[in-house]
Amino acid sequence: MLALLAVMALAYHGGRKRAITSAGGAGRISTLHSLPGYYGFYAALWAGIPALLLLGLWLGIQDHVVTGLVKSALPAQTLAGLSDSELGLLLNDVKNLASGSIVGGTVTPAIQAAADHFAHLQRLANWAMWLLVLAAAVSGMALAWGRTTPTMRARNRVESIVMGAMFLCSSIAILTTLGIILSVVFESLQFFEKIAPGEFFLGTLWSPQTAMRADQVAAAGAFGAVPLFTGTLLISFIAMAVAVPIGLMAAIYLSEYAPRHVRSVAKPLLEVLAGIPTVVYGFFAALTLAPVIRAIGESLGLQVASESALAAGLVMGIMIIPFVSSLSDDVINAVPQAMRDGSYALGATQSETIRRVVIPAALPGIVGGVLLAVSRAIGETMIVVMAAGLSANLTANPLASVTTVTVQIVTLLTGDQEFDSAKTLAAFALGLTLFLVTLVLNVIALHIVRKYREQYE
Amino acid sequence: MSTLASEIVRDTSAVSAADLARGGRVSGTIGDITTPDPRMVCRGVNVWYGAKQAIKDVGLDIGKNQVVAMIGPSGCGKSTFLRCLNRMNDTIDGCRVQGSIQLDGQEIYDKRVDPVPLRAQVGMVFQKPNPFPKSIYENVAYGPRIHGLTNSKAELDALVETSLQKAGLWNEVKDRLDQPGTGLSGGQQQRLCIARTIAVSPEVILMDEPCSALDPIATAIIEELIDELREQYAIAIVTHSMQQAARVSQRTAYFHLGDLVEVGETNQIFTNPQHRLTEDYITGRFG
Repeated sequence: MLALLAVMALAYHGGRKRAITSAGGAGRISTLHSLPGYYGFYAALWAGIPALLLLGLWLGIQDHVVTGLVKSALPAQTLAGLSDSELGLLLNDVKNLASGSIVGGTVTPAIQAAADHFAHLQRLANWAMWLLVLAAAVSGMALAWGRTTPTMRARNRVESIVMGAMFLCSSIAILTTLGIILSVVFESLQFFEKIAPGEFFLGTLWSPQTAMRADQVAAAGAFGAVPLFTGTLLISFIAMAVAVPIGLMAAIYLSEYAPRHVRSVAKPLLEVLAGIPTVVYGFFAALTLAPVIRAIGESLGLQVASESALAAGLVMGIMIIPFVSSLSDDVINAVPQAMRDGSYALGATQSETIRRVVIPAALPGIVGGVLLAVSRAIGETMIVVMAAGLSANLTANPLASVTTVTVQIVTLLTGDQEFDSAKTLAAFALGLTLFLVTLVLNVIALHIVRKYREQYE
Repeated sequence: MSTLASEIVRDTSAVSAADLARGGRVSGTIGDITTPDPRMVCRGVNVWYGAKQAIKDVGLDIGKNQVVAMIGPSGCGKSTFLRCLNRMNDTIDGCRVQGSIQLDGQEIYDKRVDPVPLRAQVGMVFQKPNPFPKSIYENVAYGPRIHGLTNSKAELDALVETSLQKAGLWNEVKDRLDQPGTGLSGGQQQRLCIARTIAVSPEVILMDEPCSALDPIATAIIEELIDELREQYAIAIVTHSMQQAARVSQRTAYFHLGDLVEVGETNQIFTNPQHRLTEDYITGRFG
């Protein structure tokens, strides 16, 4: 690897030098198409990229080829009567033996011989690989040096390669998203083969406990997700009822009324709220707030579950205050001062100006921020796991224990599970639903925010 | 520049009784700062932004049915002075105003005076058209609504119509009052802002380079409008265009580095300036 870097450095240096020489000395650089450094980069890229590609390709096939060779070299009687998976185990033993790790089965001379053979091949392949890679690097360098003439458009070529690299980086994020969607979609499709979508989306009974083994006693399982959706909605609603007014008021205070020094302290402090791990919020909700709510409720003669939607919702609301306030603060600040001046110059008071000019002008951005906060609330898991409970009650009572989509995904997938039962697959269906809902919310929010941005440009 | 400035350096202490007794002549300013029928009377106005003094001992009257143009190089304090007249400087941190500014005999920087109703009496039009992101109708109705000037929808409709008519915009927008004000052209937006200002029936209208963001045709329309508005309002206009000052104003005040150097009839200032700085600026030798 270091050798490769050294070749690239050499290629850069040589390419640069050759460019200067081909131009006819340091004084005549202006006759080159590009700056000498670009010729250097061009040579370095030619040395590095093909060699790296070769390296990657080789590493990809080496194991396959070497294993194949070892397998064909194994004595026939060792292989006789072995199923595919047993063969796999055997080969694994060979590899482990070669690398000196602990071996599962007994070591027969045949296996020992195979392991030696494997190690030998492996060494050979490594040597061949590095030789080939270096050869590719050097020949790439030579090719680039050969092409170095004053008219070669080195800058354009280097830039197009760099652009390609940037394109790759940006597509990685997109491809990952796509991969996640596809994996979730396929698992969900499997789920919907077992459970009808109608039952899933409309059923009101959620009891995903199914028998894992034939001798286990368990319910048949019911997969009506409506209680989960309503639980999610209830908690999100409580959270938004807390976060939107408080966050908005805080944003208005910070951007319109607060003196500069207050703002410079208060805004980062408020944003610290967003940095607290949600598990910690969960402690707070479960251990501090829930008992308080229960005590208050009981003193009023109300029946309060020890894990209530209210506690989870309140704490979640506090958690997303910074989302609402920070985004709102930004859009309120983005309203041009000229709008405020125009309003003041007509004899409007500060509060009239804020209510009638600033907020309406900032409203699209505020709505966008709120929608982003909603999707955050819907996707929040930890607080709800700890504070809202697991029982899938279909209720609108904030004092009862409810559960949410995210919590059920967690419980469905924790512990030992088979990956083809309806129970585990249900998690993917829930995940897909959640993903679609937050995706739609985010798209709407981003659309609104973008529309707002265009308004003053 | 520094030698020019040193010529007009003088004691910046507050205006003395003797100054007022001399008919409002503030030492240092050439020409008559008074006008026979003043709406606003300013004497000994000093303004600081933090430690920096932006306006030095300026006195000026703004007369009824008259346009006063304030000219001068950038940073000379003319906009600052204009913003003092309706206390818009209150919204700027670290801005301090000293001296006497009276509107119809009432001291506007008096502690008992609320800047909010004052600004309804002294309206302002800004350099860049700044219609609210609301409909044309709502832009004009905004002021009357917050001040409760009308009792019924019909009255408000009528007020919006007359304001737009006075601003010379009615014929262009009467069929699309519900469309956003931001969709109008620059010149139309500026006239919309003027209509918005007129709608709260101010006594004085301040204009801070109202045409600097507009093309010549829109500028000509606004200038014509200013001339018409003079019949009902006292107008103070800040402008960088000397031609504009000559076209629209009756009196001209020349500011230089925070000093009011010379005031006079517009004709006289442009044909026979008394102070060398004024002459240099008007003839284009600097600025």
